[in-house]
Amino acid sequence: MPLAYAWSVALVGLEGHLVEVEADIASGLPKTTLIGLPDTSLSEARDRVRAAVVNSGEKFPDRKVTIGLSPATLPKTGSHYDVAIACAVLGAAGAMPAEPLRRVAMIGELGLDGRVREVRGTLAMTLSAARSGFVRVIVPELNAGEARLVPGIEVYGVRSLRQILAILRGVEVPDEEPPRAEPRLTSQSLARRIPEVDLSEVIGQPEGRLAIEAAAAGGHHVYLYGPPGAGKTMLVERLPGVMPELNTDDSLEVSAVHSLAGLLTGEAELVTRPPFIAPHHTASLASLVGGGSGMPRPGAISCAHRCILFIDEAPEMNPLTLDTLRQPLESGLIEVHRSAAVARFPARFLLVLAANPCACGLADTPGARCTCSPQSVTRYRQRISGPIKDRLDIQRQILPAPRGKADDQEPESTAVVAARVVAARDRQAFRYRSTAWRLNSEIPGPVLRRDHPLDPAAVQALEDHYSAGRLTARGFDRVVRLAWTLADLDGVDTPTAELTNRAYQLRTGDPLVGLENRRNVRNAA
Amino acid sequence: MRTKDAVGQYGEELAARYLVGAGFAILERNWRCELGEIDIVARDGTTLVICEVKTRRGLDYGSPLESVTYRKLATLRRLVGRWLQEHDVTPAEVRIDVIGVVCPPRGASTLDHVRGVA
Repeated sequence: MPLAYAWSVALVGLEGHLVEVEADIASGLPKTTLIGLPDTSLSEARDRVRAAVVNSGEKFPDRKVTIGLSPATLPKTGSHYDVAIACAVLGAAGAMPAEPLRRVAMIGELGLDGRVREVRGTLAMTLSAARSGFVRVIVPELNAGEARLVPGIEVYGVRSLRQILAILRGVEVPDEEPPRAEPRLTSQSLARRIPEVDLSEVIGQPEGRLAIEAAAAGGHHVYLYGPPGAGKTMLVERLPGVMPELNTDDSLEVSAVHSLAGLLTGEAELVTRPPFIAPHHTASLASLVGGGSGMPRPGAISCAHRCILFIDEAPEMNPLTLDTLRQPLESGLIEVHRSAAVARFPARFLLVLAANPCACGLADTPGARCTCSPQSVTRYRQRISGPIKDRLDIQRQILPAPRGKADDQEPESTAVVAARVVAARDRQAFRYRSTAWRLNSEIPGPVLRRDHPLDPAAVQALEDHYSAGRLTARGFDRVVRLAWTLADLDGVDTPTAELTNRAYQLRTGDPLVGLENRRNVRNAA
Repeated sequence: MRTKDAVGQYGEELAARYLVGAGFAILERNWRCELGEIDIVARDGTTLVICEVKTRRGLDYGSPLESVTYRKLATLRRLVGRWLQEHDVTPAEVRIDVIGVVCPPRGASTLDHVRGVA
């Protein structure tokens, strides 16, 4: 048969599209044409496939070979179509039965010697093949681990084109030299970047500990500021420990992003512990939100999906770069537009910023002498823009714990706090069971106000602050959400005025002025 | 005569015999002008066939068909025009074919005929 088809998958962002690879052998001088909007790495597939086929002991047809990738209008990129192209050509040449090709999706790059090399994004591609009804998928052996995470699809991990042909021909599969895995940073090693740490090592800092606990329980963004060495980073590094495990859906989604970013390799497991992504403050805009020429790749904020994105020394970061986080902070996803495609990546992360209060780091610290001018302090603080700050539910100053003062009781350990966080998340899941949301930080303000009203006294106090301009409309809702989280942590059914007060304090550092002082506040304002 | 020319001549001889066997009428062989040379001019029914023959001793340097480049095809097209100018024939159709011959030092030669390449 001079015509054969094979299947592969194209990725736009995390979304997979099935690609039909057609090979036609026509009378004419030997020439191979590849059509269907390939990029450079894909155009070169012609030469890779030809060499791989010949070096696998097969004959590459001495005729005019046309390889079409359809849908023809979808720009395609990457080298993972090699395997499907080779099989379609050999099917068209009659070197193998064309029938089995129709029922299997194939992913993998070919080496010139016929080895099958690992590719990025296998998990997302396998997921989309399974959703389109494929029951078998052929992937590089090094990516078989992640592909097997997808339920309901049979995965063949292969080392060479020879092995693929044997599988499709239904003959005994030859043994091959095992592939050499490149040592690289895996998500496991990313997660392991932080040594085993425990909250019990943090002496004092009750406010800071509460901030961490509330952040983990309700998914609230955190801003910690204070002099160097006060323990900001120490506190934040203990946040992953108190975060609950990812559920199955989230874990599959997070693993898919990591696979696309090339962070999963070998016998990969699902990412179940929320990784801690901490880009340096010199990170570029594209590395943060995703980008790359032609086909966009996920950035740090997508790798931190359902996880923690920690930016230490936030004012040192380029303010423009930091401001790009505004939109994903609200929507939970990022749309990256590039010439070849518009990619959407999930980006529902927990943002944690840490900062010094000024360039010398000592402003507002009792007993310390700040050497900065007032203008320079203001300038330093303005590097974190108002809109970003407004989205941070919890804003706490962290001061050094007084030395030598023994605590009355032993500080709570990570295990104790994590158990409270899990309980609080269960309460939220139960309360929002009939909605699409799961966390206090995700639920829209109007829904929260309508379905889960606060204590009237607390609402009145908050509204006074709103009228006085000390609270933005968004800030109002965020205090309410935080109050719900504190109530969930305490096991209380509705946030009391006292809890709302604590929430306001966590957000602004000032106590919420209660009902009895309302008149005075008005006079002052 | 150099070996490579001998091989070429042998291939052309083989190709001509093959064409006759396939029902072609050979009109002319090794027709030359200042543009170049046509290996075989033949008639296939009402179609005039200009045939280029490429011969190789083995496949170590690729198949003989692969060595017919775009430039060679362009030359062949020009040669067709010149041949028609100089001969008083008006064929219904004109076609350019390529025949690749592989004649290994040992064993049988193989022949690959590609019709209508340009």
